[in-house]
Amino acid sequence: MQQDAKSGNARDGGDGGSMGMTGQPGNFGQSAVTVGAQKQAVPEQAPLLQVRNLQVRFGETAPAVLHGVSFDMQRGERVAIVGQSGSGKSTTIGAILGLLPGNGRVSGGAILLDGQDLATATDASLRGIRGKRMGLVPQDPMSNLNPAMKVGAQIADTLASNGLKGRAAVKRRAVELMTEAGIPDAARRYGQYPHEFSGGMRQRVLIAISLAGEPDLLIADEPTSALDVTVQRQILNHLQTLVDARGTSLLFITHDLGLAADRTDRIIVMADGRIVEMGTPAQILLDPQEDYTKRLVAAAPSVTASGAREPVLPDLAYGTGSSAESVSPSGTPSGTPSGTLSGTERRTASGTATLTGNGPGVPAVATGPEPILVLNHLVKEFNLRGQRGSTVRAVDDVSFSVARGTTTAVVGESGSGKTTVARIILGLEEPTSGEALITGRSITASSGASRRSLRRKVQPVFQDPYGSLDPTFSIERLIDEPLRVFKVGSRVSRQHRVAQLLDHVALPRTVAQRRPNELSGGQRQRVAIARALALEPELLICDEAVSALDVLVQDQILTLLADLQERLGLTYLFITHDLAVVWQIAHHVVVMKSGKVLEDGTADQVFLAPEADYTKELLGAIPGAAFAS
Amino acid sequence: MIRYIFTKLWQSALTLVLASVVVFIGVRALPGDPALAMAGEEASPEQLAAIRSQLGLDQSIPAQYFAFVGKMLHGDLGNSTRTGTAVRDLIGTTLPVTLWLSVYAIVVAVLVGILFGVIAERFRGRWPEWLTNGFALIGLSVPNFWLGILAILYLAVTLGWFPASGYVDVIANPLRGLYYLTLPALILGTSLAAVIMRQTRASMIETMSTDYVRTAKAKGLGGGRVLFRYGLRNSLIVVVTIVGLQLGGLISGAVVTERIFALPGFGKLTLDAVFTRDYPVIQAVVLIITLSYIVINLAVDVLYSVVNPRIRVGGNN
Repeated sequence: MQQDAKSGNARDGGDGGSMGMTGQPGNFGQSAVTVGAQKQAVPEQAPLLQVRNLQVRFGETAPAVLHGVSFDMQRGERVAIVGQSGSGKSTTIGAILGLLPGNGRVSGGAILLDGQDLATATDASLRGIRGKRMGLVPQDPMSNLNPAMKVGAQIADTLASNGLKGRAAVKRRAVELMTEAGIPDAARRYGQYPHEFSGGMRQRVLIAISLAGEPDLLIADEPTSALDVTVQRQILNHLQTLVDARGTSLLFITHDLGLAADRTDRIIVMADGRIVEMGTPAQILLDPQEDYTKRLVAAAPSVTASGAREPVLPDLAYGTGSSAESVSPSGTPSGTPSGTLSGTERRTASGTATLTGNGPGVPAVATGPEPILVLNHLVKEFNLRGQRGSTVRAVDDVSFSVARGTTTAVVGESGSGKTTVARIILGLEEPTSGEALITGRSITASSGASRRSLRRKVQPVFQDPYGSLDPTFSIERLIDEPLRVFKVGSRVSRQHRVAQLLDHVALPRTVAQRRPNELSGGQRQRVAIARALALEPELLICDEAVSALDVLVQDQILTLLADLQERLGLTYLFITHDLAVVWQIAHHVVVMKSGKVLEDGTADQVFLAPEADYTKELLGAIPGAAFAS
Repeated sequence: MIRYIFTKLWQSALTLVLASVVVFIGVRALPGDPALAMAGEEASPEQLAAIRSQLGLDQSIPAQYFAFVGKMLHGDLGNSTRTGTAVRDLIGTTLPVTLWLSVYAIVVAVLVGILFGVIAERFRGRWPEWLTNGFALIGLSVPNFWLGILAILYLAVTLGWFPASGYVDVIANPLRGLYYLTLPALILGTSLAAVIMRQTRASMIETMSTDYVRTAKAKGLGGGRVLFRYGLRNSLIVVVTIVGLQLGGLISGAVVTERIFALPGFGKLTLDAVFTRDYPVIQAVVLIITLSYIVINLAVDVLYSVVNPRIRVGGNN
């Protein structure tokens, strides 16, 4: 309600007050509050973009999804809109571009681009503005290029619609743009189709397209959230160079507060279709005024990751966020499990963890119970399609072990082989050589009944809570499916077990009769976890289990997993590309690249004293580090 | 790609052999006797036996089959037991009629179906969509022969726009030939057009809401270019598959249509042969239909890789 009042005040922005220069967080709604001493923007120039009291509805009668959003953007300014899914950030840019999905329409307010109101503009005049005055870098590079059209042609048609004449001139300019966007050998790649490009390269193509019309305003809608963290950094660096060189204004949409802080001059925090707070990155991250922003900052793993975590092993000689030198030299030798972590308070909501090691100075080395999972020189080769005899080594001599009751994270980018390792452990893939031992027995060499009994001990939780639950099943049926498959108990006892599992994952028992599409992403992931727990497994393989979730939800799920670990003594193998998540939950980290293990040690060793250059690179690419306390 | 084509050809050959066996046995399993059909009811047993041995029907079925295959490999499809004409000649005169009719029907169906499909998508919830949906409903539910009879009655007899029946050689006299084939082709193509229309509509609805179409609009492209290069082009991938599957139905549709419009085509030949137990003709006809299925499927595969670059040579998806 408070927020409502604020954006309500912001509505009478017709007096031209440049809220864009607001210096005091919390007071941004008052158009009178302008602090001109902030940054480079030239105060006497009119703002490039003025969004005034913007309201958007889907359908005639439905309630508004944007409630009076107002903000300004100066020429050359970089502004981030941060919010979770459903916060209205994508709807805001949809309205600005005149490309609201479905029956969405602007039902109130104005969007002034250099004084011209886009909200009331005709489709034809919008067409003259899109691509020319406003460019869009869309979210998912995989789905935003026409698969049936050569990449060059997709840049060329933008140029042509911007009035560039002559086939040769268009091609020359397109190749130029591709080169500028960082695509090597652009002249050759001009004639290729999108499927011949990697995700990062496709995003560069989309950047080239968005800049083809030399727009004044570039809207980047989560441009790198689908990419690996190192690729993400390259692309963003490049985008920033291009934008800076051209003096283009950048409206950057993201759910990642750390990324927003690194890349922009000003952050707008949105929730439920309203602007919650606006301010410079430092204001938002270090001195948030609104409760929502505070929660967002606290939950943002990428921000807290680089320093706010308490030492996992307090007996060691370093403190919070201390530098590498202070790491005890007597750390665990690489390759051995980090041993028993008898901690009871795994972590708190802010991502801090307090654990008690069982020996002063030295983390316990496999002295406790035998490791639950041991990988011995695992190798997996795949035949390359169409080329007989040539193989690719997806997993190359991977050995590590996982101690019972701990969390081990396997970190790597796409193509690092981490998912293949997970599939081998789950018994879904046969290794070319080597073995995977679960509680001392080899799943790779077993078959029949013994394999089934081993499989029961290992259960997966997959990345996509939308794809991994059959939409036609009720929640009850989804959760008790493993029980039915293994013929556990009677109908009644299974019903009872489902209720118990729902309690475990903190879902109301009433959801049992509902279907996946009635649940949110976080709830679905809880269902997936409940299903994984149905057979009382000892080891959960979480394959990017929280990557698809919003940061607050992600935090809740991680808390739940930590809680379950404590209560049920579970062991987790976390497959992820997100180092921030690793920092939040893992005791032990395995870094993989190109099928090989590059680094293997306790979380503190890997994060605070990384040895491999690649690990350092990964750590350096975590956004928001500069603002970590 | 080469390997792919070889695999396809090998599979096709196998299909042909299987089809020939099935037809060969199937035809002989039918009640009725070709010798009786030739000689008439009053023929003596000796006469019948003579005819049988002349046709080779007194041998065992495997022996008959190998004799048939052996001849066929030399290009000899045998003679019609009814008229004594060489089967090759019968097919040579009737096949072009059916081919012209089918190609004409396909062209009409594709043009009408895609056009109506795009219209239905563009005008969702408004009267043009209802009109096209109504057309699709009629095209799918009203039987071919009934539509054909209505068309003859109103378009040919009452209005006199088209001839009610007859065939003019398309090669010798293209304009007149096509004019004579127009009504049959429209009737034959109606249900195919309806299927294509529905498929195009559904596929367009999907592609027009994809990210790349939105990006194309954000690039400031004109509506027509977005619709055709981005929307329709990608919708056609699905449409081509469906059309390929439907073409088989066109052959059986042609049999009926030819009957109604009294066209001297393949369908008429097939029907006559079945009624008179003309084994050599039936066998040849079925093999040719099988062959055309195979050729159509190959063509669809090739066409598919044309509209969908991702499955082209070297494509990795």
